[in-house]
Amino acid sequence: MTEQHHLTLTVNGRAHSCDVEPRMTLADCLRERLDLTGTHLGCEHGVCGACTIIVDGAAVRSCLMFAVQAEGAEITTVEGLADGETLSVLQQAFHDNFALQCGFCTPGFLTTAETILAENPSPTRAEVQSAISGNICRCTGYVPIIDAILEAAERRRAGKK
Amino acid sequence: MTTSSPYIGASVKRLEDRRFLTGTGRYIDDVKLPDMAVMAIYRSPHAHARINSIDLAAARAVPGVIDAFCAADIDMDLPVIPLRLAPFDGFERFLQRPIAQDKVRFVGEPVAVVIASDRYIAEDALDLIEVDFAPLPAVTSVDQAASGETLIHEDAGENMGTRYTVGRGDTDDAFSDAPYTRRERFTTNRHGAVPMETRGLIAEFDPDAPLLRLYGATKVNFFNRRHLAAAFDLPEEAVELIETDVGGGFGARGELYPEDYLVPIASRRNGRPVKWIEDRRENLTATNHSRDIVCDLEIATSNDGKILGMRATVQGDMGAYVRTNGGVVASKAAQFLPGPYRVPSFSCDVQFLITNKTPVGTFRGPGRFEANFCRERLLDMVAADLNIDPAELRLRNLMEPAELPYRIGELVPGDVNATFDRGNYPSALNQLLDEVGYADWKDRQGEIIDGRAHGLGIACFIESSAAGPPETARVTVAPDGNIEIRTGASSVGQGTETGLAQICADYLAIDIDRINVLHGSTTLVPTGGGTFHSRNTVMAGNAVRMAAEALRTRSIELAALRWNTDAGGLEYRDGAVHRGDDPGSILSLAELAAFARSRGPDEALAADAAFDNEGKLSYSYGAHAALVAVDVATGVIEVKKYVLTEEIGRALNPAMVQGQAVGGLVQGLGGTFLDHMIYDEDGQLLTGSFADYLLPTSTELPEITAIALEESPSEFNPMGFKGAGEGGIVAVAAAVGNAVVHALNAHGIQINDLPITPNRLRAALRATGT
Amino acid sequence: MKPPKFDYFAPDSIESALTLIAEHGDDARYLAGGQSLVPMMNFRVAAPSALIDLNGIATLRGIKVDKNSRLHIGAMTRTREIEMDSTIASANPLLHAAAPHIAHIQIRNRGTIGGSLAHADPAAEMPGIVLACNAEINSIGPAGPRSIAAGDFFEGIYSTALQDGEMITEIVFPPWPAARCWAFQEISRREGDFAMIGIAAWFDLNETGEISAASLTAIGAGDTPLRLPAAEEILSGQPPGDVLFAEAAQAAVNELDPGSDLHASAEYRREVGGVLVERALKTALQREAPGYTA
Repeated sequence: MTEQHHLTLTVNGRAHSCDVEPRMTLADCLRERLDLTGTHLGCEHGVCGACTIIVDGAAVRSCLMFAVQAEGAEITTVEGLADGETLSVLQQAFHDNFALQCGFCTPGFLTTAETILAENPSPTRAEVQSAISGNICRCTGYVPIIDAILEAAERRRAGKK
Repeated sequence: MTTSSPYIGASVKRLEDRRFLTGTGRYIDDVKLPDMAVMAIYRSPHAHARINSIDLAAARAVPGVIDAFCAADIDMDLPVIPLRLAPFDGFERFLQRPIAQDKVRFVGEPVAVVIASDRYIAEDALDLIEVDFAPLPAVTSVDQAASGETLIHEDAGENMGTRYTVGRGDTDDAFSDAPYTRRERFTTNRHGAVPMETRGLIAEFDPDAPLLRLYGATKVNFFNRRHLAAAFDLPEEAVELIETDVGGGFGARGELYPEDYLVPIASRRNGRPVKWIEDRRENLTATNHSRDIVCDLEIATSNDGKILGMRATVQGDMGAYVRTNGGVVASKAAQFLPGPYRVPSFSCDVQFLITNKTPVGTFRGPGRFEANFCRERLLDMVAADLNIDPAELRLRNLMEPAELPYRIGELVPGDVNATFDRGNYPSALNQLLDEVGYADWKDRQGEIIDGRAHGLGIACFIESSAAGPPETARVTVAPDGNIEIRTGASSVGQGTETGLAQICADYLAIDIDRINVLHGSTTLVPTGGGTFHSRNTVMAGNAVRMAAEALRTRSIELAALRWNTDAGGLEYRDGAVHRGDDPGSILSLAELAAFARSRGPDEALAADAAFDNEGKLSYSYGAHAALVAVDVATGVIEVKKYVLTEEIGRALNPAMVQGQAVGGLVQGLGGTFLDHMIYDEDGQLLTGSFADYLLPTSTELPEITAIALEESPSEFNPMGFKGAGEGGIVAVAAAVGNAVVHALNAHGIQINDLPITPNRLRAALRATGT
Repeated sequence: MKPPKFDYFAPDSIESALTLIAEHGDDARYLAGGQSLVPMMNFRVAAPSALIDLNGIATLRGIKVDKNSRLHIGAMTRTREIEMDSTIASANPLLHAAAPHIAHIQIRNRGTIGGSLAHADPAAEMPGIVLACNAEINSIGPAGPRSIAAGDFFEGIYSTALQDGEMITEIVFPPWPAARCWAFQEISRREGDFAMIGIAAWFDLNETGEISAASLTAIGAGDTPLRLPAAEEILSGQPPGDVLFAEAAQAAVNELDPGSDLHASAEYRREVGGVLVERALKTALQREAPGYTA
């Protein structure tokens, strides 16, 4: 039905509910309804990766999911990565490696990289390059992003949380 | 300075990062104002058509639609978008108004506007707008434009935006006596900046106040304010341009575009804030394209490869209108064609042709990327023809330090004083050759390793930085001792806040964490120059330095008053004023700020400064090298290794400099292999999504070494900075093109056109029977 | 770029989905992973009146090998699951190797094998692999369930044998001999892009070392994925070797009749198709049987 659907979902550990039209994308729901504007829209056709979020453990394009499809889902956005004031290991590695400039693509890289490292704690450089190939950055030339993800993997393995 | 400089020259971690890493940055689409409506634009689906009628009734009837309008509904004289740069005579005939009146001239030109409660509804309404177009033939190439058969702006009577000839020395003499000449045609592919964040604006227009507040502004806010004030017949102080976080600029963002007028008009019509966020489909047709030139370049040399002269015709495809960047692309391509070489005679016929495509503007290294590709490709052909090693040929022709400074002549009309400043061009090339192992590679060109042909290409460049009006800064100490820097310069994401804070922290001898940098908005400082042409570190950096120095002086003056003593006995160090005759007596910046305030409501511990380089540009220069492996059977090219050297005078923050070089280089790889705005003969853009407009991704990277040289500090500012934002991109196509040709030297192909694609490379090889 | 309005339903069974699609008429569409359909909706080149979301139907997901060694993959199984599944690595290494070529991780996390087949992009990997493997596509629609041979399934660009209201339920791959020689090769502009041209190849060797069965499939070379029967015929019954492979490649070049687009001309596709056939066959022969490690 085109009328509003009542939606309940968990974002960054907090339960949310709101009414959405079926056609509202999950990205727009997060940004406009839940005011979680850290998730960015760079193309709205599933290529740039800026809108990547983690839905039930998997990195997905939030511009290619409708909010109604996230009923009951556990979602993590960039706002949910830090532990209070403490940056996550990955965020800190991005900072230490100058892995961001304008910052617009950064949330999508962080969410994608979090799922990569959860799945594969010891990725090779080539694996990291391939894993983030669905995220476009126009500023950094990717090199420091790859360095940061590899460094985060190493720090996580060493148990430095 | 009496203090050390722990920050300048150090890779200080960026102050901006935390908000971006935690999703708490504030980009334009993150700004929400009470009662705000959204705007969407109906854009021309035709490249060239007359508008017979526009019917907005069905759009207006959609529930949730607040307003819909077209040119006929706007109750003001439609202003023209002004020329900001390279405003050559003749261009005034081809300026754009914010919305099409009786004719559309490119796919993507605004025709009508819808205001609605949300973007979904606005797009529903766009689908219901009925426009009766009478299509006209589209002009899609410079040759077609030059023929003048189809006129795009009838009143102009031609499609030649303007045309001029520039030069120095006598090319006729040089060419008539030359033992060797060669002429080639080169084309560089139309592509663009394509920042990750599309453009966006929010206008709050209260005609009674009067106040026009425009959020989402960046780059050249004070220039834009002046023109918007004139367009809307407001005093300048009634127009506020507010800069938010910006998701990349690269030249295209922050210029005045039609939407900078349409969003305020929409707000004024409806008495409420209106937001417009460009979507990616719009972005690829509505935001400036760049790079689109055809260059016929001819060179004359002696038998030992000494350049005697160069002559050229540069034809720039301007798109349908001349926008704010005027003739920058083609004029700078012409100016930089001779490059860092000793070219005693040079002449160039520069043509600016109007076509039915998206208007062009600047993109990182405008004209330089193009000029370097043409010249450096031709130099490699000369080297091959004369049997001289390409590096040796360049070393024979690069200007020596003793020849500098060098007045290059009036290679852009009116630019009579352009002068290459001091430098050591051969040093930058020699360091590149060492780093890339040129001596080892030069005799191995074309070697087959693991089934692929390998080649190493090199290219040299020079490029200007830090032009334009003075830049301003105000440094204020708050009562808690924290420092606020305000500057007229903008940040488009490159780390401006960090860089300026580094300078201020060193000059005030304080901890950088005490500094907060506010930038760009016209509400911060009375005037400013903005951000373009790699100028922030040079211009705003020196303004901050001067303001900090003035603040030290002011601190000493205040301390003298406070202690009722002579300023001569006081010294500023370690963030405080010390009393020479009483080593225990110290007044901190916080105490001095409090003291200043106690003296009256208008008193503060603050200092203003403006830095003016009086038009004296600093030139960054250097060289690039690419090692490529070509799969001859498929035309697939891998860039295995890339090295560049870039003389930047002095690195403010080496890690950020490295970021500029690597980021620029990878953008350049995109322009060399991928990025391409392709139009069909009807003027339809065929690459209107990211499925077809290809940007470089993380799997297409070479091993990169970017070396910033600090051998030749700029003499035009006391900190010695030169721009560092564009040297990474400007010679990429040149070096890669040369590398591919060397790799395929057994097949005798040339690369004169960009982008280099597997399809094109195979076509060239097929033509040789490979 | 916001999608037009539609009605949305999320059935939890196939029966309920069939009822819903019947109720909502010709303009209703099934929604699988949405990684092709949703971009088209965002561009407003697709405007279904209703979406019947199949993501909640558990019976449409899963990977299993039956007692006859046939590999069954539920239509709503995500590409990423196929890529990461150790069963598939041995039950159909060709499919397993092709999966990572499909777009990027985020797309593979949502995109499904059934959705890819129903979308039928001629440059996509999944359609090519099911054709290469002689898989069967099981479906159900208003007329009941049926099984469609991959060779009969693809009818044109974005066009399949599926009737109105019919959905794919499962893809069944024939047994994969452990000693089968195979390779997948494609050329795309960037990693993850659709192939300009791609070749899936496999062949089996008999006890005397001749090729007893061969399959060569091209993607990105026409309106549908295409088998290359003339090239397959050349391989058949012959001992493998460079000369034979070169002949097969030439036959492929002769029988390929691709189109041109922005990224590659017909000539490019034809000649590089031949190059990839030759390379794929050489790679296949060199691959150490059995199986494959990703």
